Amino acid sequence: MASIIVAGRKREFHRISDSFWQYAVYIFGASSFLILFLIALFIVREGYPAFVKIGIWQFISGTTWDVADNIYGILPMIIGTLYVTIGALIISVPLGIFTAIFLTDVAPIKLRSAMRPAIELLVGIPSVVYGLVGMLILVPIIQKFGQGSGDSILAASIVLAVMVLPTIVSITEDSILAVPRSYREGALSLGATRWQMIWHVLIPAARPGIIASIILGMGRAIGETMAMIMVIGNSIIIPDSIFSSARTLTGTLALELKYAAGLHWNALFATGVVLFVLILILNSIGLIMLHGRSK
Amino acid sequence: MKITPKVTQSFAWCICWIAGMTTIAFLIIIVGYVFVNGIGSISWEFLTTNPRGGLKGEGGILSAIAGTVYLIILTLIIALPMGIGAAIYLAEYSSNNLFTRIVRFGVESLAGIPSIVFGLFGFALFVIALGFNFSILSGSMTLACLCLPVIIRTCEEAIKTVPVTLREASLSLGATRWQTITNVVLPAAIPGIVTSIILTVGRVVEETACLYVTMGGSSNMPTSIWSNARTLSLHLYYLAMETTAINKALATGVILITIIIILNFSTRWLSNRFISLYQGNGGK
Repeated sequence: MASIIVAGRKREFHRISDSFWQYAVYIFGASSFLILFLIALFIVREGYPAFVKIGIWQFISGTTWDVADNIYGILPMIIGTLYVTIGALIISVPLGIFTAIFLTDVAPIKLRSAMRPAIELLVGIPSVVYGLVGMLILVPIIQKFGQGSGDSILAASIVLAVMVLPTIVSITEDSILAVPRSYREGALSLGATRWQMIWHVLIPAARPGIIASIILGMGRAIGETMAMIMVIGNSIIIPDSIFSSARTLTGTLALELKYAAGLHWNALFATGVVLFVLILILNSIGLIMLHGRSK
Repeated sequence: MKITPKVTQSFAWCICWIAGMTTIAFLIIIVGYVFVNGIGSISWEFLTTNPRGGLKGEGGILSAIAGTVYLIILTLIIALPMGIGAAIYLAEYSSNNLFTRIVRFGVESLAGIPSIVFGLFGFALFVIALGFNFSILSGSMTLACLCLPVIIRTCEEAIKTVPVTLREASLSLGATRWQTITNVVLPAAIPGIVTSIILTVGRVVEETACLYVTMGGSSNMPTSIWSNARTLSLHLYYLAMETTAINKALATGVILITIIIILNFSTRWLSNRFISLYQGNGGK
């Protein structure tokens, strides 16, 4: 009799714990969204006063960022980020796409399986190591053959190109591999050479994925911080050549956040809001393109 | 010479080879340069003394190693239960409704947010509003938010790979859904969960920007989770930017790259093992 009661209690316990955990995992599931919401809430709350006092348009189009005079405009940083990102993509997009084709259709099998861990390693190397190597190899070369100190948009673009390369290669590779086999066979049976098949059939079919890889790579480029600080010189000027020093949006945040107060503090968070919105838009476009493909 | 499709093809093959080799060359140059120039500065003393600070960047990296280890442990304690919980939701409980779409949107968006924006958030919330100051705790809370999407995705994949037959067998024996998850599904998904742990460790080791504004960067030996501290990556940054000890920065780079190589090989090994486990090879 007693054992029946114990068994009943045990079953009751498991039934209650089952429904308890069901609610618990719903809360855990919501955690990412909650964090995203909290991030948005905090940076908007702290950045909002800057938008009000300075004016959104004034803030974005202002060419002076001067902590001593309490004037905050982020145009130089927007242009700096833009130049560096475009520079990085000019190098990494063609390189990435051809490397992806190399991996899917050209390289011998053994080389392919050796290259994948290599590309994974490129993802894993800390950004400060990229920055360090850029500082020690690239900057002196640019100083010697270009103009100025070597800390420049060119150096930052090249470092960034290497950093976004894995993103572009791996997503492009996946989307080329996802093209149905029948497309390949159809093209080849019509007498196309393998390259004609790649260029006229595979690449167009994989285009949404390739564009997504570029957009996601762009998001990564805009968000990169430490490696940029190390090779770009960080002067707050509107850069006039690729040898010019510049500053990125992210660099400003990292360099000034720890000692900011008052309007300066608000202006930094407002910069964070600009960055946050920009990245959210870019990534959403990229992900929609990727998912559109898989359906 | 006439430009036939064959000629175009050979030309295109050349470009592909050049691109592929350039990509590999980047890796070889970076890793090679750091190893060749940094390995000479690594010694027992370098690994077992604290940085002494100053413009010459004297001393070793012991406190940075300790800071990294503290940070890894604390970040995992915070992020792993949350991540596995969310993964269980997505793999076992989710249906195609608005809530699930919100959850997925959260995971995917959070994964793309730059490290420094997490830093901004962590600085405002943990360092200032909650009064944790610059500390290992602030750093690991921030990192836990950053690593969450990685854990969720990896664990979700792992849980989904567990065969349905295992679940059905457990449920048919009268186990509740939660008993099935904890006693059958999760143990079977352990290689995937371990992979997510390794990936998180990798993120902790490589992250710098968000820690730069939340951990403080003291070179003293951390004594508790409230200590102001630095990680190996942060230490490399300080050495490169604020001291003349470039050789020590490179030596720290050697340590960092070695850790990343070891972590990458372990995830590869684990995922191969996991795949063979459910393709009937019994994990052999």
